[in-house]
Amino acid sequence: MHKSIRLVLMLFLVALVSVVPAMAQGGSNTLVMARAADTTGLDPHTQTAFASFRLLELIYEPLVTLDADLNIVPALAESWEFSDDAMTLTFHLRQGVKFHDGSDFTSEDVKASIDRILLEDTGAAARANFTSIESIDTPDDNTVVLNLSIADVPLLAAFTSLNAAIVTSEAAASGDFASTAVGTGPFKLDSWLPDENTTLSANADWWGEGPYVDGIEIRIIPDESSILAALRAGEIDFALLGDPLVATLLDGDAEITLNKVPSISYHVFQLNPARAPLDKLEVRQAISCAIDRQEVLDTASLGFGTVTGPLTIPAYGVPLDQYACYTKDIEKAKELLAAAGVPDGFTIKVIAATAEPPTALSEAQSIQAQLAEIGINIEIESLELQTYVDRWLAGDFDSAVALNGGRPDPYTMYARYWTSAGNLQKVTNYHDDKLDELMAAGRSETDPAKRYEIFAEFQKYLVEIAPWIWLYNGFDYSAQQPYVSGFVPNPSGSLYSFSQIKLEGKGG
Amino acid sequence: MLRYLLQRLLAALPTFIGISLLIFLAIRLIPGDAITATLGTEAGMLTPAQRESLRAYYGLDRPAPEQYVFWITEAVKGNLGFSIRHGKPVLELILERFPLTLELALFAVTIALTIGIPLGLLSAIYHNSIIDLLARLFALIGLSMPGFLVGTVIIFVLSVVFRTLPNSGNYVSFAEDPSKNIQQLFFPALTLGFAFSASVMRMTRSSMLEVLREDYVRTARSKGLPEGRVITRHALRNALIPVVTPIGIEMGYLLGGTFIVEQLFALPGLGRLVVNAISQREYALVQGAVLFVSFNFVIINIAVDLIYAAIDPRISYDRRA
Repeated sequence: MHKSIRLVLMLFLVALVSVVPAMAQGGSNTLVMARAADTTGLDPHTQTAFASFRLLELIYEPLVTLDADLNIVPALAESWEFSDDAMTLTFHLRQGVKFHDGSDFTSEDVKASIDRILLEDTGAAARANFTSIESIDTPDDNTVVLNLSIADVPLLAAFTSLNAAIVTSEAAASGDFASTAVGTGPFKLDSWLPDENTTLSANADWWGEGPYVDGIEIRIIPDESSILAALRAGEIDFALLGDPLVATLLDGDAEITLNKVPSISYHVFQLNPARAPLDKLEVRQAISCAIDRQEVLDTASLGFGTVTGPLTIPAYGVPLDQYACYTKDIEKAKELLAAAGVPDGFTIKVIAATAEPPTALSEAQSIQAQLAEIGINIEIESLELQTYVDRWLAGDFDSAVALNGGRPDPYTMYARYWTSAGNLQKVTNYHDDKLDELMAAGRSETDPAKRYEIFAEFQKYLVEIAPWIWLYNGFDYSAQQPYVSGFVPNPSGSLYSFSQIKLEGKGG
Repeated sequence: MLRYLLQRLLAALPTFIGISLLIFLAIRLIPGDAITATLGTEAGMLTPAQRESLRAYYGLDRPAPEQYVFWITEAVKGNLGFSIRHGKPVLELILERFPLTLELALFAVTIALTIGIPLGLLSAIYHNSIIDLLARLFALIGLSMPGFLVGTVIIFVLSVVFRTLPNSGNYVSFAEDPSKNIQQLFFPALTLGFAFSASVMRMTRSSMLEVLREDYVRTARSKGLPEGRVITRHALRNALIPVVTPIGIEMGYLLGGTFIVEQLFALPGLGRLVVNAISQREYALVQGAVLFVSFNFVIINIAVDLIYAAIDPRISYDRRA
């Protein structure tokens, strides 16, 4: 008895003594970053999850990229020009760029990459944005000429996507992206253990200035509260935070810096105009008038965000007072319902995915409470993400709360939903000639001022006919230790500026 | 003995077939597939030809019965399939994760026993005293606090008060760095062991109380044996038999992976592997892992039966000559 007790005590003591502060891993010039979700793969052309982009954009580069104000700036292409009729787009490539395997980056790689995206067998998610490309000429190693079948101004913005990243012509031909990633970006992939960790090392031959760190260690910590704990314990340098309710705990924190940048993704309450009584314009308008968007934002995201119209790209913003019914008006809503012949309201269902986004359920609840004021009864169907995605894609819902991704160009952002040939037309279940015309006009217009006017009208019209009720766009959050400098948060969420990060004063 | 083992394993065969069918169907019945799991809502952007080519890539283009027969014949040969996302054979992935899960389970059960059995003993010996009361209070707390709460509190205290967190997504195996490994597993094991120690305590207590009323204990006492000897030699050994059963069941559960604790403490165990595989709709990985876990369950059940025999001389599986 005594012996065994002593043994147990000893074991406990050993365990306790061994729990001394753990030493920070990696060298002192390695950026240790944590995030909750891992990439779903290494093929830049077929990944669509934000979590995948956040890794791959450090390794692969597109021809052009977006700065912090979402302006299109050079990446692998130094300059570009559209012909006046917007029927050809010419890229002048950066010279002396090398892939991570040491091979030279040339116009052949660009052609091979675009060809791969256009090939249906690839299953490239962004293919639809590039179908206007009829042929590709490579007059020399540093020039790529795209001949288009239709005037397509938004094509340039489509090239900022990681889904249009340039891979080696060998990789484009073999399609082998299972475990290797050969790009031109500031960091090289050393190892990837799915859902555990990823290590990257600095690409010394990168064409830009930097990177200034020796490498990056990305750890997957699935629980965001645990990420917060790791930050507070000083175990990690940098963290991506997806849950606004966790991120805002750091707001005003004295020791950890919270980065926030307005996201171009938008929270939206989607109505299905193919289903009665939502097929009646007045009913949709009544719903639009009865919802205080700020209240949804305050309830679901604690006010961290901005009420928005359809376009979240800063350059295309329209003052909110120009939108129909952006101030709550119960009386008007009731009148509209009466005019539609449903003065006593009705019952509809709303689908919401559990935890994706984390705010989905509280948004649905806020809408439920607000619509109850005009007699509309909302039943919330909370669905597992995959089930939700299936039903969303099939347009199988009365209404849905969604967080939809934005695009840097209005046409690419909405053509898929609001043109009759759009790939996601099933989701909107809505067809309108005026929307088609405005979209077509915006696609071929090269003058920025005229484009703005076209898309301003597009937005106001869309809000007025209210197939969807746009709510707000939130922030993208990241957090860092005070000694981390050089990171510029980007509204697209991109971590490309990791190449500029310095870790001065990080302990060993 | 050997004969008994073989019989048990053979009897488990229909169970395995049932499980394999069940999991094969269940994972396919939940909506979505590997394509929507990877692409999310962007899957709507695919043309029909793109979709077909992806279905072939993920091996979803063949009829389900054909897929099942193929999977099961390969599984018998020891090939559980391949995970496209991980780029590795399923069996290799499972075996990579299993040591952590096994270590965590053993660690947790050890903690539970070292807390639970002495507490239960004390509680029974000093029946209805203040010690008993406190021990029962402990058990009540242990049973009512969910693991995620205990884990969150531990993480909070460690990071905010002590400014350290051994578990920050940088797990190292015992072979790589034993001391660091133990640091990393101590708190997750404590989280798991805490709740279980409460039930061990209650089991030990009630079973001990019963045994202490038995005639042979009275006999031992009236023989003039010292109380300590009465308790350790006569009472405890008999009292432990009913405690072995829940330990076996708990081990079985723990070896299936402890998703919540793995999630909180960022440990790459079996639980996270399976749950991530489910959300990624990696059919082969889910099927393989579930089969593996159910195999563990069967083995543990057999082990428990053998332990009965070791503790209780009345139980024997050898055929009487």
